[in-house]
Amino acid sequence: MSHSHLLHTSFVPTAPPSLRRRIGGGSHLPRKPHLIQSKIREIFMPALSSTMTEGKIVSWVKSEGDKLAKGESVVVVESDKADMDVESFYDGYLAAIIVDEGLSAAVGSTIALLAETEEEIALAQSKKSSSPASPSAAGSNDAPVVLEEMPSPVPASAPVVASVSSNAGAVGSAVHPASEGGKRVVASPYAKKLAKDLGVDLKGIVGSGPNGRVVAKDVEAALAAVNVGGGAATTAAEVAKPSGVELGSVVPFTTMQSAVSRNMVESLAVPTFRVGYTFTTDALDALYKKIKSKGVTMTALLAKATALALVQHPVVNSSCRDGKSFTYNSHINVAVAVAIDGGLITPVLQDADKIDIYSLSRKWKELVDKARAKQLQPQEYNLGTFTLSNLGMFGVDRFDAILPPGTGAIMAVGASEPTLVGTKDGRIGLKTQMQVNVTADHRVIYGADLAAFLQTLAKIIEDPKDLTL
Amino acid sequence: MQSAISISLSSPSTIPRSSAACPRSLRFCGLRKEAFCPDASPGATSLRLTTLNSRSQHSNLNAVFAALKGNGAPSSNAFDYDLVIIGAGVGGHGAALHAVEKGLKTAIIEGDVVGGTCVNRGCVPSKALLAVSGRMRELQNEQHMKSFGLQVGAAGYDRQKVADHANNLASKIRGNLTNSMKALGVDILTGFGTILGPQKLKFGKGDSGDKIITAKDIIVATGSVPLVPKGIEVDGKTVITSDHALKLEFVPQWIAIVGSGYIGLEFSDVYTALGSEVTFVEALDQIMPGFDPEIGKLAQRVLVNPRKIDSYTGVFASKITPAKDGKPVQIELIDAKTKEPKETLEVDAALIATGRAPFTKGLGLENINVQTQRGFVPVDERMRVIDANGKLVPHLYCIGDANGKMMLAHAASAQGISVVEQVTGNDHVLNHLSIPAACFTHPEISMVGLTEPQAREKAEKEGFEVSIAKTSFKANTKALAENEGEGMAKLIYRPDNGEILGVHIFGLHAADLIHEASNAIAMGTRIQDIKFAVHAHPTLSEVLDELFKSAKVKLSASKTVAEPVPV
Repeated sequence: MSHSHLLHTSFVPTAPPSLRRRIGGGSHLPRKPHLIQSKIREIFMPALSSTMTEGKIVSWVKSEGDKLAKGESVVVVESDKADMDVESFYDGYLAAIIVDEGLSAAVGSTIALLAETEEEIALAQSKKSSSPASPSAAGSNDAPVVLEEMPSPVPASAPVVASVSSNAGAVGSAVHPASEGGKRVVASPYAKKLAKDLGVDLKGIVGSGPNGRVVAKDVEAALAAVNVGGGAATTAAEVAKPSGVELGSVVPFTTMQSAVSRNMVESLAVPTFRVGYTFTTDALDALYKKIKSKGVTMTALLAKATALALVQHPVVNSSCRDGKSFTYNSHINVAVAVAIDGGLITPVLQDADKIDIYSLSRKWKELVDKARAKQLQPQEYNLGTFTLSNLGMFGVDRFDAILPPGTGAIMAVGASEPTLVGTKDGRIGLKTQMQVNVTADHRVIYGADLAAFLQTLAKIIEDPKDLTL
Repeated sequence: MQSAISISLSSPSTIPRSSAACPRSLRFCGLRKEAFCPDASPGATSLRLTTLNSRSQHSNLNAVFAALKGNGAPSSNAFDYDLVIIGAGVGGHGAALHAVEKGLKTAIIEGDVVGGTCVNRGCVPSKALLAVSGRMRELQNEQHMKSFGLQVGAAGYDRQKVADHANNLASKIRGNLTNSMKALGVDILTGFGTILGPQKLKFGKGDSGDKIITAKDIIVATGSVPLVPKGIEVDGKTVITSDHALKLEFVPQWIAIVGSGYIGLEFSDVYTALGSEVTFVEALDQIMPGFDPEIGKLAQRVLVNPRKIDSYTGVFASKITPAKDGKPVQIELIDAKTKEPKETLEVDAALIATGRAPFTKGLGLENINVQTQRGFVPVDERMRVIDANGKLVPHLYCIGDANGKMMLAHAASAQGISVVEQVTGNDHVLNHLSIPAACFTHPEISMVGLTEPQAREKAEKEGFEVSIAKTSFKANTKALAENEGEGMAKLIYRPDNGEILGVHIFGLHAADLIHEASNAIAMGTRIQDIKFAVHAHPTLSEVLDELFKSAKVKLSASKTVAEPVPV
């Protein structure tokens, strides 16, 4: 791969210095087409060594929306040789990250977008979702990949984050003595870091640390309030969403939302059908009460039960990748959909059939924590072979799920509710029941397969002693 | 302090004893060789060789030296001593040991405790704390443990026992140091030393019991104390210096560390491992100034960003008030350039790590017309003291932190040895660029010689080319076995002649790895020669092996590295 790529990127690797000097000393300046008010530049994967054909993003030093100064490190790239800091060659804002941490991109392909002004960030993000990076753009002679400077109309009114009126009086006694009556937020270093990572605004959080200081657990509590609060969000939750919805505005998708959108459209190409079933969960509830104190969660119990049923019905754990064959997965990886701030992610419980319920519960907790902190690794959300989606906690009794592309089936789980049931001996009784609805790819999974699978699952749930083995 | 007795011989069997008294393959460090050869009788040689086999027999070794030389009578009757050293820190100790070896009658004056800053309030106890923090980090890092397949419960610590470990280590090393000097017969004189005039000084508690002694040569080695800038009130409890921090009397929830150099960085490693959150206050525009920029950047990514640390840069702490009456510690920050007030921090404790100030008061320098500069004793490249008129003061030397050339314990010791060489008739100038430095964080940082910007500046001035070679710990088998692939080594060199200008390492055991490079610089070994040296596989030292091999030098090996020994 020739070094000429370097000249085409707005980013320069810190090393090797010989290269850097050549570039720095060169006359490579942004060609400034006049009359263009604003620019969005593409950031390419640089060639850090002569043998490098692709690079892995070790970490983004900056996050979307961060201001960049020329010469500042933006991203750490792992080449075939070493990790290197890549510096920005321009001032501006990191508008959109296209290749996420942990993923690889070919030399010369776009890994992020750089906006010149803050207003253009949103524009860059919409551009990004419209033109996903083509990882195969490694060709050494695709000439037009030079700094694409796109003329862009500056949106008349960029969505401006309404500054939160810090209601000092309301915070009351918790105001830090040094906070100048609530104007200033006193938060510990870790609390600040956490707030930044989780997108929580420190203003409005009541500190529980010494002298009313905001500490890490306050930030976590504020975030939990957001997640639990849902519609009837607390004030803290409102504050914690700096990008609160402004009516009448058009807000571009975030990276995650774009990914969801892509997947949803893609799912239309799969011929799916649905089969429903009702389980009686009295025994499962009893078991849950018994082992709840050991940290076992209902999600883990359901995942475990599903996995055990899948062992007996490998076809339900299969998928159709090419439209011509069954892919029977060797592992049973149960993905569970989790709503997180502004999106949806499916952390995966790998080998859920083999791992005991206690470890599985611990694993689940770890995954959820990581998901909230946006620290999930790709293998922790990519490798699902069967998906669970549970809206029961909101009182939903039944719903219909869309099949995630690449998998064979998804099960929508409703609430477990006391129901009057007529039994075979002609009596009426009260039982706790739960409805599930499985969506499956009919190219590989047929109605009878699902029916048999659900029957097995019903047996496991109605006699759950195997779950704790 | 070990430097004076760490002659490194690989194994007696590989050394041709029958050859000349000073065979080339016997590669002592520059100083040692000269010290050893002139009077090395065959008997003494074999005696040393057998004793040197065992590293654990330092005390035996000292006994051998003592028996051979002893701290005899002064060479001239006109003086009480040949050499008097003021200050028994690591510098004074190194000088004393070497002086005895060279047959000088030597005394050392100590007003506090033997060992000085390094042993009592510096490098030594901090290594004990860092040993604890390193283990805590490992045990707390679940991913790391899991990747080994290990399962560990929650790690906790007992603060008092951690503090005791540091204190015990200091006492032990202090004992070793004292014994090594006693065994050699160095006179340890208690009290503060004051220079009265040329070759004359007194020592004592400053009362009528003071004694006056004369010495042919005098070395000032009084060291330094933590520097506390104006406006900062140190109470020893919530606003502290490294002296207090090493006692680890409490572990604050939130501590501000003023200064992000070596000392600050090491303490941030300790405090965050023990559960504190840390805020750096740094006057310069970025934290960790003084390190090679590339190494600093990597270090920041590993040692600062993922930890519970934030920082304020480009600010001075203009006023720090200790916690009292239920109020936390208050730190007033002003802009380092405009001096405008910026912010007030409120934290549980503040550690002042802004550097160290020379301890030269009461030395009686005015009696010999010497003016200190910001407290430092001015010296030339041979550590000879310069007086107010710019003239050398005969028979007076100053080494270590007190002269400010390079404030490192081992630099002081090397300077002391250099001075002893000079007063015993061998002219000697110490190459400070060959003195390594290390920061004992997890992982460690080490360096020797120039940083890249320094090298480039020098190259521009002197008109030579500079090249850089780099290797990663990721490619090292041993590092990967330890699951510690994070790190790099960087070599700055001249491609035209293979001279090593600087080496910087960040990674597992970097502090131990640097010596191959510092020895090469000290002995003038060029890259084209050292790259043929063999390294055991798999070891971390291969990081340097690969580094030397990846350098592109235009010359080929100048000579065979050593005389071949057939096996």
